[in-house]
Amino acid sequence: MLGADAMVKCLEEEGVKYVFGYPGVAICPFYNSILESRIDTILIRTEQNAAHAASGLARVTGNVGVCAVTSGPGATNVITGIATAFADSIPLVCITGQVNSALLGSDVFQEADITGAVESFVKYSYLVKDAEEIPRIFKEAFHIANTGRKGPVLIDVPIDVQNAPVSRFKYPDEVNMRTYKPTVKGNAVQIRKVVKELSKAKRPIICAGGGVLLGGAEHALRAFVERYRIPVVSTMMGIGVMPTKHPMYYGMVGNNGHPYANRAMNESDLLLMVGARVADRAVNQPDLITENKVLVHIDVDPAEIGKNVGPTIPLVGDARHIIEDFMEEEFTCEHEAWIDTLNGYRDTMGRVRKPNPSYVDPAQFIRMLSERMQDDAVYVADVGQNQIWSCNYHIVKNGRFLTTGGMGTMGYSIPAAMGVKLAEPEKQVVAVCGDGSFQMSMMELATMRQFGVPVKIIVLKNNYLGMVREYQHYTYKDNYSVVDLSGSPDLEKLAAAYDMRFMRLRTMEGAQETIDAFLEKDEAVLLECLIDPMDLVK
Amino acid sequence: MKKIYSVLVENRSGVLCKVAGLFSRRCFNIESLAVGETDDPTTSCMTIVSSGDQRTMEQIEKQLNKKLDVIKVKTFDESASISRELMLMKVKYNRNNRRDIMEICDVMKAQIVDMSKKTMIIQICDVPEKTRLLIDMMQSISIVEVARTGTLALQKCLETDV
Repeated sequence: MLGADAMVKCLEEEGVKYVFGYPGVAICPFYNSILESRIDTILIRTEQNAAHAASGLARVTGNVGVCAVTSGPGATNVITGIATAFADSIPLVCITGQVNSALLGSDVFQEADITGAVESFVKYSYLVKDAEEIPRIFKEAFHIANTGRKGPVLIDVPIDVQNAPVSRFKYPDEVNMRTYKPTVKGNAVQIRKVVKELSKAKRPIICAGGGVLLGGAEHALRAFVERYRIPVVSTMMGIGVMPTKHPMYYGMVGNNGHPYANRAMNESDLLLMVGARVADRAVNQPDLITENKVLVHIDVDPAEIGKNVGPTIPLVGDARHIIEDFMEEEFTCEHEAWIDTLNGYRDTMGRVRKPNPSYVDPAQFIRMLSERMQDDAVYVADVGQNQIWSCNYHIVKNGRFLTTGGMGTMGYSIPAAMGVKLAEPEKQVVAVCGDGSFQMSMMELATMRQFGVPVKIIVLKNNYLGMVREYQHYTYKDNYSVVDLSGSPDLEKLAAAYDMRFMRLRTMEGAQETIDAFLEKDEAVLLECLIDPMDLVK
Repeated sequence: MKKIYSVLVENRSGVLCKVAGLFSRRCFNIESLAVGETDDPTTSCMTIVSSGDQRTMEQIEKQLNKKLDVIKVKTFDESASISRELMLMKVKYNRNNRRDIMEICDVMKAQIVDMSKKTMIIQICDVPEKTRLLIDMMQSISIVEVARTGTLALQKCLETDV
């Protein structure tokens, strides 16, 4: 058995079904060995998207997403995808080929110090120098990626190590790392303190972040808020923790969120932040969430607690375990007047839009689309105005809403949606992007065609980099700089080039029929919606 | 506020770079850094002196703990530690100032460890303020070069120590 065989064997041991990647000489031994395996390989069209596709898969399955690329440019191209996964705490294992270990440091062809380059974007990285170490390293990498605060792990394997013999392959049953023991269970004293505050609170609220979904805690959280009737708001990454129309859900907070959600959070007297980082886009003024209230910060990563805001009660642990522990406690929590107040805010503080009837209104369109989508459908939003409209108007039923809230990487939606569709082929998967973000990943239409991945794509087309244009509208008084997207391809011809069904919607007239036709069959469709170029999210 | 972090890490290649990278990326300040193997050859001890506000000091400890090559972080105030720095200093001397130099060394408990006809090397091992003071004292005399180890520190002995 060679090192490369051992690498593949490790992936089999971990139950990996798909590897997304792009070969080159330095990773060829691995790609040769994988032919003998039942693991499917997906040839992505640019390495960054391998990480995004693996991210989509990881987010819906809860398993580690895997990508494998070559050394040098292959490895450096994947960095943005790794950084995206790091910011969003998505478990990935990225395997990179590397030049011969004897030549490391001599700047030979396609050599890049990838472990050095990704240091600030990975949870951990390995440079494998001995093929015998492969089983231990892979076992650790998968464990690190998918426990505690989840995140990407990179394994750099020189070509000679892939080709070296492995005398005895034994996949370890468990990891033994003296430096890594994440806290899962919350401290009992702290839990009781929180319960005491809950029973005193007149205006409690929960702000749910992506950590709730990563911890698989959404069902526990729903049961908890239903029992005690505690209102919930969410961050962008926390969308989908609660069904959008749940009576206890009051929308997304933040500078792009709903005004009533922010007001609810600011006026509360007890705020439970669960699996949320208190980052700038969600909480613009951290002072507001500490003033006149008890702030409980629950996170699996102790470093997040106190980083952006000092909580009254810090509580380190996994969201699901902690909520289950809350459910064990007996207490009363009464605050009907508060719920009435919040319902009043929700009814009266909605955004009023004045849509231009000559174009598709993205708000109304997204609402109609999501109502028609299947109950457990997965909606993947890209980055830009499309993302904010998606966050504000998509109705999550029992499916998932995926986007990159942390890094905000344009081009995320199509590759991520592919990863989702491959992992869960029975589900309806819709990627929604703008014409800017679409063009950052449109090369993946070929991957969809080659591997038969029927992702549905919507392009909200306004011929601008809309989010930046909107910023320049407000900040530079319409002095637009480098945001004009004219020159974009004819999407109808493009779809034809990839044998993809194409549809176009010019106004809201006939929107319902178009959406129904778009969703009808389990096939790849490209739907172009013409949006008013001057439309704003705010 | 000044704190001393005594960081026990895995003795592996790249670990120093990861720890130093953490400080630069998060805009934490390093006043001094000293690294060496401990009695256990699989571990190294890094002594890092840093300053900043309360929240920064707390974040440094938490972020260090997050690094997977970090085994243990101990944080303490200067006053709660025994700290030392070793400095070697080469100075130019002549007949007129030789006695002065020797007197300063005597007062500062520094030693002259090497000499030529024109230069000598002075060694001092003391708390960082004293090494700083020696530099100040010698500045008027003509310092050729200086090498310092950075602060090494251990928490003072406590009754609760094992």
